[in-house]
Formats: sequence, structure tokens, C-alpha cells
Amino acid sequence: MSEMNEKLVFDKPESVIDRATHYCPGCHHGIAHRLIGELMDEMDLPGKTLMTTSIGCSVFLYNYLNVDAVEAPHGRAPAVATGVKRARPDHFVFTYQGDGDLASIGMAEIMHAANRGEKISVVFINNTIYGMTGGQMAPTTMINQVTTTTPAGRCQTHEGAPIRMTEIIASLGGTAFAARGSLDSVKNIRAAKKHLKKAFELQLNGTGFGFVELLSGCPTNWKMTPLQANERIQNELIPYFPLGVYKDVSEEGGVC
Amino acid sequence: MTKKPERIFVKGNEAISRGALAAKCKCFFGYPITPQNDIPEFMSSEIIKAGGDFVQAESEVAAANMLLGAGAAGIRAMTSSSSPGMSLKQEAISYMAGSEVPAVIVNINRGGPGLGDIGPAQGDYYQSTRGGGHGDYRHFTLAPGNAQEAYDLTIRAFDIAFEHRTPVLILGDAIMGQMKEPIVPWEPESIDEENGREWCIDGHESKREKRLIKSLFLAEGALAGQNQHLQAKYDAWQDLAEAEEFECEDADLVICAYGSIGRIAKSAVRKFRKEGKKVGLFRPITLFPFPNKALKDLAKQGKRFLTIEHNLGQMVDDVRLAIRTVADSDFYPIYPGNLPTPDELEEPILKSLEGK
Repeated sequence: MSEMNEKLVFDKPESVIDRATHYCPGCHHGIAHRLIGELMDEMDLPGKTLMTTSIGCSVFLYNYLNVDAVEAPHGRAPAVATGVKRARPDHFVFTYQGDGDLASIGMAEIMHAANRGEKISVVFINNTIYGMTGGQMAPTTMINQVTTTTPAGRCQTHEGAPIRMTEIIASLGGTAFAARGSLDSVKNIRAAKKHLKKAFELQLNGTGFGFVELLSGCPTNWKMTPLQANERIQNELIPYFPLGVYKDVSEEGGVC
Repeated sequence: MTKKPERIFVKGNEAISRGALAAKCKCFFGYPITPQNDIPEFMSSEIIKAGGDFVQAESEVAAANMLLGAGAAGIRAMTSSSSPGMSLKQEAISYMAGSEVPAVIVNINRGGPGLGDIGPAQGDYYQSTRGGGHGDYRHFTLAPGNAQEAYDLTIRAFDIAFEHRTPVLILGDAIMGQMKEPIVPWEPESIDEENGREWCIDGHESKREKRLIKSLFLAEGALAGQNQHLQAKYDAWQDLAEAEEFECEDADLVICAYGSIGRIAKSAVRKFRKEGKKVGLFRPITLFPFPNKALKDLAKQGKRFLTIEHNLGQMVDDVRLAIRTVADSDFYPIYPGNLPTPDELEEPILKSLEGK
């Protein structure tokens, strides 16, 4: 086959900046970034996007996506994004937050932004641990999971149970879309992209707040190989954090 | 400026709100706390009528962070609070200072520490002038003494915020906020809301480079560079310091007081002047930058100084820093929890005047 006949089937999305990321081997942030980048291209978003980044490993998202961005304090991304969206309602606004950021220090901000029905989209990366700070317990850490602050494993009577955020967000009146996906396998990555697309569309057509949780691996802090991390997501996380769409007002015909 | 002829009778809090609307404030993020509630209550209807947006946030923390978002997007926005709520806003204010986001914040100072009371006080002076959050930063702090000045300074606060890319604090207290008096509203001739916003996030459909509003500087030396830049900016503000000098020219004793206490002290000065006693008032209008030079010039004339504050001694530090090579200042505290009157100030003024 001559070169002329070769067909390019896989390339970097234009919205993703061509540079190496700082993430550890096997980390799923890169996949999540790519999904967002693909959707940005497909939905023609970069020029009208105002991104709110948050704290932890993903703070450098603004180095990898070619869009305007503001950096929020710990947990406050939904409040900052609220301000951005209210100031410039014609723009596409999203936050990208980890489990410590969103479900612990930022619990109030995410709950109220969802409940107000802010016309923003939230990408929630749940890897059940604090990554950048060195592997401490997160609100989503599993029972018996060993972290640097639960050296004997998380104990429900002492540290409480892992929080299921998507179920909570789906219960709030202002939520237009809430879904949980996973980044462990090709099949689940494809489904995750569909969830993100739906959340983005519901913001763009002015319907309301969209929330997409993505189960992700943190091989470094889980002390696993990347493949073991994927297996853990399949065997341990998905049974506790079931995948799927929890709320979709466009399906229900509801208005929020 | 086109002066509108009518006078209106409003609380200081409403004067601030109306000033913000005259300055084309487009977003307001509030949370109820006494004695500033008139501001979010007024804004909840009036800013909507003016084509802007209002959010009652879930907390002062969230309100201040919404302000950060709106300011980063290059929009004139404001939040207001009172002392305990101001402590919660400090996180976002530090971020706004660090990432140079313009915004206007109002603090109607009440008594503290802790829950304190809801009466007037000036205990938040340190917090307002030292950077109440983490890190090395300052922001403009304006201290109106009456409702008209509250209106005027609120309009100015937005201009300063965007000209210098900084949060600007308006520091009032329960006397100024709750007292009703006439003001003459006016409107700036024109405000170009998009001018000078070449740094803000507004999308880059024009194909410019993407923009980042951030306060994280991890590379070796990068944060030092940012701090150096910020410090140079703060130093340059010294030229913009402002104070009211009343009967200072031939005064033997100059009272240093700001805000409502400056106003009360002015009444005391008037009374002493009627008695032929040479007392004057130096009332800082910008608490940061502090009007060091003007005060030092007075000290060089050999005057005595008495600082009066509605706290246990905070601005007196700045007074002493300003005049330290020439003179010193006496200090008289009005304990928060008390409502001061001009009569109450007479004895300490007389003592200082006589050098006792």
C-alpha cells in the first residue's frame, strides 16, 4: 500500500495542546482530557469556553486544553463557575474537579450550584484518593482501602462510608443531567464520552446543570500497576459506584 | 460628570448599592449578615432591573468565589458582608489579589471578635489593610465617613479595581450603613465596560492566545517574580493615598480618625474650635494606601497627635509608622460594643491637647 492510500484514523484533537502531560503512568486524567478535547472540537466549543480548574493533579488542565481558564480555590470551582457564567451567560462554562475537591472541601458549593440549576457542566474525577497531596483518604475512599491517613484501611465506624456523589446530585431539583461513567475500558470510555456530550448539550441549550462522574485510576497512590488499577475499578469500584445515567430531564421531558 | 439635581434620603447601605449601580456593576453575589443586609436586599431587585444578575450564595465563601469568577470574566461585580462574613471571604480575596482579579467588596464592620455584636466598630482595620487572607498581598481600602461619600467612593472603587486589577474594599460600619441622610446621586459620564480587559477570560473566538487567570506559580523563581510585581504595584499606590484635613493648618493637636468615628471627631473638633482651642482632624479616606506623606508633613510642623478608633488600637500603628521619625501619637480606644458621642471624646482630646 502506498503512502497516498493511508488513512489517518486517530489524531490529537485540535483543542488539546500538543505537549507531554505531568500525569503518572496509567493515570486516567489524560483520557478525560482527551474526551473533553474531542467534544470541544466536535461541538465547536473552544472559542466560547471559559474553563474553571480546581485543585489537585488536575489543576494543570489549563496547560493541556486550548481554552481560557480561571483557577479556583480548593473546592470552590462551582462557585467560581457560577460567577463566570452569570457574568458571561452566552459562554460555555465547565469545572473539572477531583474527589477531594468536589466531595469534601467543596461539598457545599457543588450541592448548591446543582440545586440552583446553574447552567454549567461539572466533570468529576473520582479515583477514591487524594492524588497530588500524596495519597490521603478521600470522601470516596472505599471501606478497607489503605491510604496514608487510613493506614489500617478506611473503617466505616471511624471514617464513614464512601460518598456516592452522582446519586446525591441527581436528587437535586436544579440538576438536568447526572451520570456516572468509568475510564477503565474502551467500552466504558465510549459511554463516558456520551455522558459528557449530553451534559454539555444541556448547558448549551440552556436546560440546566450537568454532572458527569468518571471513575478513574490512580496507580501511583493505589500502589498498583496501571492494569491492576483498571481491574480494581471493574471489580471493586463499579459494584459500589454503579455506572449509568441517574437523571436526564431531556429524557423525562422535565424542565428544571 | 453630570450632577443630577435631586437629593434622595437613603441609608448608607443603600447609597453604596446605588453607587454600584451608577458604576454599572453587573453582578452581585450576597449572603445575609447584619448590619449590611440592605445591600443584597436592594440589589436583589435593582440590579436585575438594570439588566444585571443577583445570586444569594450559599455562604460568604461561595459569594466571594462567585465574585472571583465574574471578575476574572472582566465584569464589574460586587459582594458585601459584615465582619464574621468577611473572615470567610478572605480565601477568595487572597486568590483575587494573587491572580489580579478586579472586584469590589463591602464590609460593614460590626463588633467582634467572634460573633461579637451587630453594632458599629472598627475592629477589622488590621484585616482590611494587611491582607486578611494568606500570603503577601494588599488591596485598596476605602473608608467613607457618610452616605454621600459612600456613594462617591463606591463608583471610584470600580474604577480603581479595573485600573489596577485588584480587589477594592469599602470599609464602613453600622453607623454609616444604617444611618439615613440625604445624598445627591450622580452618574459617571461614560463607562467603557470592555476597555482595558485585554487580560480577562472572555473566550478567544478572535483566535488570540488562550488566557489564564491564576495564582499558582510553581516554577523556580516564578512566584518570587509575581510577588515582586505585586509589591511594586502596591508601592506605586502610595501616590493615590487620600485624606481629609479639617482645621489642621494652625492646630496644636491633630486627631487621627476614620469613617464614622472621623465624623464624630469632627463634631468634637468644631466644639473645641468654638472655644478657641486649636484642634484639627486628619481623616484617612484611603486606609490602604495609608496617607503617610500628608500625615508626616503635619508632624514636621510640630503638631501633637491623638488617634481615636472604635477598636483597641489598630490604625494607630499606621499613624505611628507614618510619623515615627518626627513625632508620636496618643491613643484613645472606644471599646466595640459602645456607641460613641462627640461629648465622650472631649476629655481624651483635652488631655492630649494639654499634653497630659
